[in-house]
Amino acid sequence: MSLATKQYRSISYISGPLLFVEGARDLAYGAIVNIHMAEGGVRGGQVIEISEKNAVIQVFEETAGLDLARTSVSLREDVARIACSRDMIGRRFSGLGDPIDGLPPIIPEKRLPIIGTPINPVARQRPQEFIQTGISSIDGLNTLVRGQKLPIFSGAGLPHNEIAAQIARQAKVLGGGEEFSVVFAAMGITQREAAYFIEQFEATGALARSVVFLNLADDPAIERLMTPRMALTTAEFLAFDLDMQVLVILTDMTNYCEALREIGAAREEIPGRRGYPGYMYTDLAMIYERAGRVLGRKGSITQIPILTMPDDDITHPIPDLTGYITEGQIVLSRALHRNGVYPPINPLPSLSRLMNDGIGPNRTRADHANVKDQIFASYANGVDLRRLVAIIGEEALTDSDRLYLKFAEEFERHFLGQGETDRTIEETLAMGWRLLSGFPRGELKRVKQDHVNKYYGEQMEKIWEDRTTRI
Amino acid sequence: MTTQGNIIKIAGPAVIARGIPGARMYDLVHVGHEGLLGEIIRLDGNTAFIQVYEDTSGLMIGEPIASTGAPLAVELGPGLLTGIFDGIQRPLASLRAQKGDFLARGAVTEALDRSRRWAFSPAATPGTQVGPGDVIGTVTEFGFEHRILVPPFSRGGEVTEIHAGEFTVDDVIGRLSDGTELRLMHRWPVRVPRPVARKRDPREPFISGQRIIDVLFPVAMGGAASIPGPFGSGKTVMQQTLAKWSNADVIIYVGCGERGNEMTHVLDEFPELEDPRTGRPLMERTVIIANTSNMPVAAREASVYTGITMAEYWRDQGYKVAVMADSTSRWAEAMREISSRLEEMPAEGGYPPYLSSRLAAFYERAGRAVCLGQPERDGSVTVVGAVSPPGGDLSEPVTQATLRITGTFWSLDAGLANRRHFPAIHWLRSYSLYTPLFREWYREHMPEDFETLRDRASALLQREAELQEIVQLVGPDALQDDQRLVIEVGKMLREDFLQQSSFSETDAHCPMDKACGMLRAILSFYDEAGASLNRGMPMDEILNLKQVEEVARLKEVPKDEFGAYIESWFEKLPEAFGAKAPAGGA
Repeated sequence: MSLATKQYRSISYISGPLLFVEGARDLAYGAIVNIHMAEGGVRGGQVIEISEKNAVIQVFEETAGLDLARTSVSLREDVARIACSRDMIGRRFSGLGDPIDGLPPIIPEKRLPIIGTPINPVARQRPQEFIQTGISSIDGLNTLVRGQKLPIFSGAGLPHNEIAAQIARQAKVLGGGEEFSVVFAAMGITQREAAYFIEQFEATGALARSVVFLNLADDPAIERLMTPRMALTTAEFLAFDLDMQVLVILTDMTNYCEALREIGAAREEIPGRRGYPGYMYTDLAMIYERAGRVLGRKGSITQIPILTMPDDDITHPIPDLTGYITEGQIVLSRALHRNGVYPPINPLPSLSRLMNDGIGPNRTRADHANVKDQIFASYANGVDLRRLVAIIGEEALTDSDRLYLKFAEEFERHFLGQGETDRTIEETLAMGWRLLSGFPRGELKRVKQDHVNKYYGEQMEKIWEDRTTRI
Repeated sequence: MTTQGNIIKIAGPAVIARGIPGARMYDLVHVGHEGLLGEIIRLDGNTAFIQVYEDTSGLMIGEPIASTGAPLAVELGPGLLTGIFDGIQRPLASLRAQKGDFLARGAVTEALDRSRRWAFSPAATPGTQVGPGDVIGTVTEFGFEHRILVPPFSRGGEVTEIHAGEFTVDDVIGRLSDGTELRLMHRWPVRVPRPVARKRDPREPFISGQRIIDVLFPVAMGGAASIPGPFGSGKTVMQQTLAKWSNADVIIYVGCGERGNEMTHVLDEFPELEDPRTGRPLMERTVIIANTSNMPVAAREASVYTGITMAEYWRDQGYKVAVMADSTSRWAEAMREISSRLEEMPAEGGYPPYLSSRLAAFYERAGRAVCLGQPERDGSVTVVGAVSPPGGDLSEPVTQATLRITGTFWSLDAGLANRRHFPAIHWLRSYSLYTPLFREWYREHMPEDFETLRDRASALLQREAELQEIVQLVGPDALQDDQRLVIEVGKMLREDFLQQSSFSETDAHCPMDKACGMLRAILSFYDEAGASLNRGMPMDEILNLKQVEEVARLKEVPKDEFGAYIESWFEKLPEAFGAKAPAGGA
């Protein structure tokens, strides 16, 4: 870049986060610009539309204090980039990628465009490696695999942060031994929430292998549009250049989408559902689709985005579009939470689309798929019966119905409500069999006969005892 | 003549240019110094609106735009099968070879491999008169006889020369009297339906190997079906299952704005799987278009047209083709996104007003037809379109517009999916308008009582749902024994017949005769149980019969053993019930 960078002074319009510059013909679409304020000081911005008449610039920070007469704009970079280096691990950055931990800036190995390019579908490797999170309702019923994107759909006041921290703490690949790191991107969360995560990471030593990007609730909303992209570009560098296994936690995607709506409204775009822009699907896809594995490379990116569903409504555009892109979802339940079940994961609406690739012989255990199906069917039946009991009372139930009710109760208490413990997949399956053994053998229609013979009832008790005495 | 204009505005995938001489609607253009591909979608005086198929970051005002003078077209010829393309028919493998593991812009590739040679055996001789669509020879592509056609846009004429031998798709294999050069490959614009001699009524069901579809809600070979459902209800698994097990000759799988990891699943699995009818790898009858959700939005818009044009090409050769479009909602959203960048007046849900006519035009490209040209042959294109309604709300415009056009509706239900009842097709809400067309086919291919069995099963399911409502209100005690029996048999139908696991080795694919046998078993059980109840057999005793559990495990009986198994099962059935008294009236 030459020193004599061209300065554009003919700013004609400022509104919300947008700024219009006239006659800036040689700014490219998507370019990053410096906005020089009259009193000194520089802010960043990006060209989001350009025509012969003017260029529309989205200002990253506030537009407060900018004026038409004395503000000027100059080109910083052709596209938005982030400096990436191995030294980023253990560091903390702002939502725009500047260090905020008081340490000197990092020396970049590479400067990568944050927009990212899609992985060629034929270069993708099929995610098949089971990640043990130590949480039974995930491992047993909605298994996470390496390279998957599995969001947590939560609601205000539910312990999604605790669950995310627990996953970051406990997640391991059986027989692993590779380098593992966590990239954490906070968008619009409170100082307290951020502190909780940092504390958790610190306590477990995870901070030393984490890269943290923080855009807090009082930081400019527009910066939030950059934060996940900064984080994912870093994650791609760690995964595909340095062969690391990267877990990316994005929280809270709801705040990201609100920022997207804000900028859409400022641009006077035609709004889609609930005022969110029509391209929100594409925009979210460009974030979520950056999870995965690439053939011939060792690293992987696994994403756990967290979002709070406004009013617990799963059909709200944010969870809805997310669910159409991600490979499943983990749904938290307020009812379970109120009943003191932690983690309050409701397995029925939860789903892991890649589960069937990650479980079975050589991965988890041969009976896993059957056990999962049987638990789902039995629990769903139990939940239905509860509704019935509420209307007609328990006396009207048949004996077999009562078994299902009891199963649902015990399932929630023991299988779901495991607390902060870290369970191996064997322990999870053993717990499943112990609960299923409350049914007569004939009721277990979803399970293959050999598995029933092997694990049902007394055999089960024995395995269970062996396990508990050993632990 | 150079046809060059300049960019005057850039907004996302929409670019406006001025002064492209000879600009025509839907012509393909090269945008900017990098030569990004785009398509003209509106002309206004001297300016042209262009949707660009690649990321536009870095473009500047004043960069050149050149028209190619031709619309977006696909290459049709040998080498399509097993191909994996993006939305505008660029082979992903060669993009990877050129640009690496991540997609970069400005890659230029040819869709069909130019170096590969194909053995061509002519069917026409010099001197024969040929018309558009006539078969002039064949090439063997895997198990297929790939018929080489006189391109439909040619006027035809007398063959002046034609050669046997090994050719690449680009070599001239013959000539017509008017000078037309014949090649193994020709190009066809994707937005124009390929002509046929005449359309015919579909008469034959598309057999999917899925019981609920084949028995209750079949789609016609040459029909159109829609699968709307909220996320997680199994649309993609359904599409993949149909692509795997259906009896179409060629499958075109269009992954339109879907998940990258799921495409990998298809890419990984199809070469391994065997076509149950030919024993060859499934991939050999499959073409995949993978335009994942994070790939450029305009190419997503084009991808369904690319897919259906390839399907029509195989139909024109006389094959039965099925197009799996997953998901048409992403396509509609791409239309909406581009429309809003053009600042068009939006209609319902922000979609452009022409949404329903575009959808209709697309689905109407399905059908059974007598192909253009000689020798006379029949081909068909079946379209199965997934719809992803926001929030699972079926009243939204894409679903509604689709329902008006398609003949079969498989309604996926979140409640069923939550309890892992798969396929999560709701038996009370789904329908098929094609069943009356299949009477003759059923008469020829199925046992006589098939239609009766089917009608009885759906009546039973309806009756069960009504009784379930009563149970919800007053409890199961209020029911009479015969009503309880309906509930129990309804449950058998739902769990032991309609449910089918696409991950089970034996049950992923269920032939029609097995499906029919299972249905007959359940209904015979119902009849016998009803009769025994009348004779005074207690309900609990009936439910404890081992036949109940045996019915539940019928799915797992391998298809080649099923005939013998079910026969002996039927023999023992009266005995199980009959201990008390001989059936009345015997």
